[in-house]
Amino acid sequence: MTSANLNGNDEGTLAGLKLVPSTDTQYKAKDFKSDQDVRWCPGCGDYAVLAAFQSFLPQLGVPRENIVMVSGIGCSSRFPYYLSTYGMHSIHGRAPAIATGLATSRQDLSVWVITGDGDGLSIGGNHLIHALRRNVNINVLLFNNRIYGLTKGQYSPTSEAGKVTKSSPVGSLDQPFNPVSLALGAEASFVARTVDSDRKHLTSVLREAADHPGASFVEIYQNCPIFNDDAFTPLKDPAARETRLLRMEHGEPLMLGEDRGVFAGELGGLEVAEVTDTNRDRVIRHDAHRTDPGYAFALSRLDLPAFEHVPVGVFRNVRRPVYDELVNEQVSDARSERGEGELASLLAGGDTWTVD
Amino acid sequence: MAKQIEQLDRVIIRFAGDSGDGMQLTGDRFTQETASFGNDLSTLPNFPAEIRAPAGTLPGVSSFQLHFADHDIMTPGDSPDVLVAMNPAALKANIGDIPRGATVIVNSDEFTRRNLAKVQYEVDPTTDGTLDAFKVSSVPLTSMTVEALSSCDISKKDAQRAKNMFALGLLSWMYNRPTEGTTSFLKSKFAGKPAILDANLKAFQAGWNFGETTEDFAVSYEIKPARLPSGTYRNITGNLATAYGLIAGSTRSGLPLFLGSYPITPASDVLHELSKHKRFGVRTFQAEDEIAGVGAALGASFGGSLGVTTTSGPGMVLKQETVGLAVMTELPLLIVDVQRAGPSTGMPTKTEQTDLLMAMFGRNGESPVPVVAPQSPADCFDAALEATRIAVTYRTPVVLMSDGYLANGSEPWRLPDVDDLPTIDPGFATEPNGEDERYLPYKRDTETLARPWAVPGTPGLEHRLGGIEKHSETGDISYTPANHDLMVRTRQGKIDAIARDVAPVEVDDPTGDADVLVLGWGGTYGAITAGVRRVRRSGAKVAQAHLRHLNPFPENLGEVLKSYDRVVVPEINLGQLSMLLRSRFLVDVIGYNKVRGLPFKAEELADALREVIERD
Repeated sequence: MTSANLNGNDEGTLAGLKLVPSTDTQYKAKDFKSDQDVRWCPGCGDYAVLAAFQSFLPQLGVPRENIVMVSGIGCSSRFPYYLSTYGMHSIHGRAPAIATGLATSRQDLSVWVITGDGDGLSIGGNHLIHALRRNVNINVLLFNNRIYGLTKGQYSPTSEAGKVTKSSPVGSLDQPFNPVSLALGAEASFVARTVDSDRKHLTSVLREAADHPGASFVEIYQNCPIFNDDAFTPLKDPAARETRLLRMEHGEPLMLGEDRGVFAGELGGLEVAEVTDTNRDRVIRHDAHRTDPGYAFALSRLDLPAFEHVPVGVFRNVRRPVYDELVNEQVSDARSERGEGELASLLAGGDTWTVD
Repeated sequence: MAKQIEQLDRVIIRFAGDSGDGMQLTGDRFTQETASFGNDLSTLPNFPAEIRAPAGTLPGVSSFQLHFADHDIMTPGDSPDVLVAMNPAALKANIGDIPRGATVIVNSDEFTRRNLAKVQYEVDPTTDGTLDAFKVSSVPLTSMTVEALSSCDISKKDAQRAKNMFALGLLSWMYNRPTEGTTSFLKSKFAGKPAILDANLKAFQAGWNFGETTEDFAVSYEIKPARLPSGTYRNITGNLATAYGLIAGSTRSGLPLFLGSYPITPASDVLHELSKHKRFGVRTFQAEDEIAGVGAALGASFGGSLGVTTTSGPGMVLKQETVGLAVMTELPLLIVDVQRAGPSTGMPTKTEQTDLLMAMFGRNGESPVPVVAPQSPADCFDAALEATRIAVTYRTPVVLMSDGYLANGSEPWRLPDVDDLPTIDPGFATEPNGEDERYLPYKRDTETLARPWAVPGTPGLEHRLGGIEKHSETGDISYTPANHDLMVRTRQGKIDAIARDVAPVEVDDPTGDADVLVLGWGGTYGAITAGVRRVRRSGAKVAQAHLRHLNPFPENLGEVLKSYDRVVVPEINLGQLSMLLRSRFLVDVIGYNKVRGLPFKAEELADALREVIERD
């Protein structure tokens, strides 16, 4: 049985959960379903992500009560209500800040942030980048449907320029963010991308995110059938998929289908070219552990123009000091060096005098 | 021949100089000397927001006022008896506050043509008769300091910088202050810099010796220790007392303290202080912005910490949406608002009481929060502890309204016996409270109306909180009209009912037959009390009360207001408490309002009260 407890049993503790208690309880997906009716629109990609996530959670091997979902505002931010864990559906854009306080004060929790392209990249962009640079031990799942759903269809910070929506009747003027490029620019130590409809891939990325100590950022391409249907069709059509999806596996050559591969380009960039017998050995082997984020950034730019070649999988997965561990180390160091604080002596510190 | 010593009952000194002259340090050291001598005291630092405005200019002037006495005093004093002016700008910026006959000591070395011109003095005011109304002593502080340090192995610039210690030495002599504290302070501050330490000690001693030998100063003064209640005392500022009160709230509740904060004047010192106390399990988080500061604090509260955020007006505005979320999720949260002059950036280093209505009403929806205010620097300790008690007991955000005057001002504080401090029981939920082993996160305590608080990690009590309206017991999302009405009223009712659990407002009415009541809140307590004393000394009758709880008001407040013919409400705003009192109690209170960025003066309040008392 390979999908059972990954935390604290023979299969090894997930590094990202090393301070979270483990459990022998053999949870099933249904153990993570709450009693609430799911209220997303029919056909919403969020259903697929929810189902995959509920099936994935038992793999963590963590007691249900030690898992906390924190979300902001938007369609995807309803996620916590549908899980039987602890959760907070907070306010627009602030989930990374709230999760930072929670994770920093409670290292025994597995903390997940659920956000969207509007919540995480627009109103909450500041909190997202700072949580990533601090490397707080949280997992950020950013559902990117490239549209505002809950407010009924305005363009989002990931909508393509020129998009015609209710608030942009003659086309939007904004240059979109590439969420992966943004996360890498924000010094994120774990950055990945996956797609709502590919459950196997989604689950494997979630597992790697949970395994990563520090902040994990996962962009999930998610279809909104009401306001932005077919946004990701080029990646889902079986014929087109193989020429566009670049499935990144650490240590494996970066290939698009059988015929094309990723090569070193000019000035540290990357480019896609036909693979021939003479250049086959120059196809880049994916290395998610490179310290320099330039390579991962170059990968993230391969999809320009949009969806030309779309890398999915883990762009970057490096170890660096984890914020909440550092905070708690300072506390325990202070206590071991000078003992626990004592209120009476604190208050009497400094110059005192006595009146009889 | 020993100099004459004259007895005084109180003195007000103002040290004024350039921002770089070390006036705050000088004032602080003189204060510590005075505190250890046993005088009662009260201080008023006053400095520009600019870190180093151009030297010698009016915007660069920084001052520190200290009032000390042989009896209990309430304010930093209206009018200085002594002004120490380190340059022409300091003289020009402060002389308007100095009463005739007061002593003015100027650093004559700085009264050069160039420095005079910087502040539009065409002629040296110390020589042209402008200051004839004052007792002026022109002392070449800089050159005498440099002279005294000629044997020291330091640059001329470093020698000049020690002139504030010369001034401190001179004033310490003049008022017979004990010097051991300053000596040991300097030794510790400059422990790694022996040459600088030597220079500062020598400058301090030279200033003292100058006072003793020069004929310019014929008299020194003695102010006997005050007869304060017995106990151990220390001098403390409001921000320090706030930090200590928060730590006390943490230790008395057993909840680890988590501070999420973004630096902002005049609140930053609370962040600085708390970041030193990791031994108490204090975690401080310097956030990317004000919103993240309070967000992280609320996240920590969700996890079972005592979540705290500290800020001032411009930051308070930004936090309000998260405070609303705390109202909705009914989690304990402390918001410390060290008020400063607004609107917008306003005057960051100046005090005001203009955030009261924002604390009360500055959120969307019906969003009640308790509001607690300290009344003096040392009282910030008790107020912070009381705010913690209410937040934890009632599962609610609480706003603690300090202000710039309380934050930076200081006074002697009689140390409490730690064992006598209230204990606060978080009473975490550990068991299901509904049928079929269900946990109902909004099923309330019938007494306090507080909801149970189950923290993540508690098995069987997994639940979801959020900003969406929720069912009155299950906490599930609910858009039912009747449920929303019930929840709106319940949230309000919970806060209103805290009135039963706070101390009644106490009225000080010595004769019991005053017609006029003066009612204040927050940092104006000292000035109002001093004003009341003056009124009473002149034979008039006035009753006084001061509010610790602004929301909810103490239960007896309406009755108190109605038992006086006239109620005067002084505030450093345009009448925010007045508005609340009028709407709540239909009492037409008389406001006394000045919004200058400065504390009230005792005399202006006395005049205002006399005017109301004498009305027909």
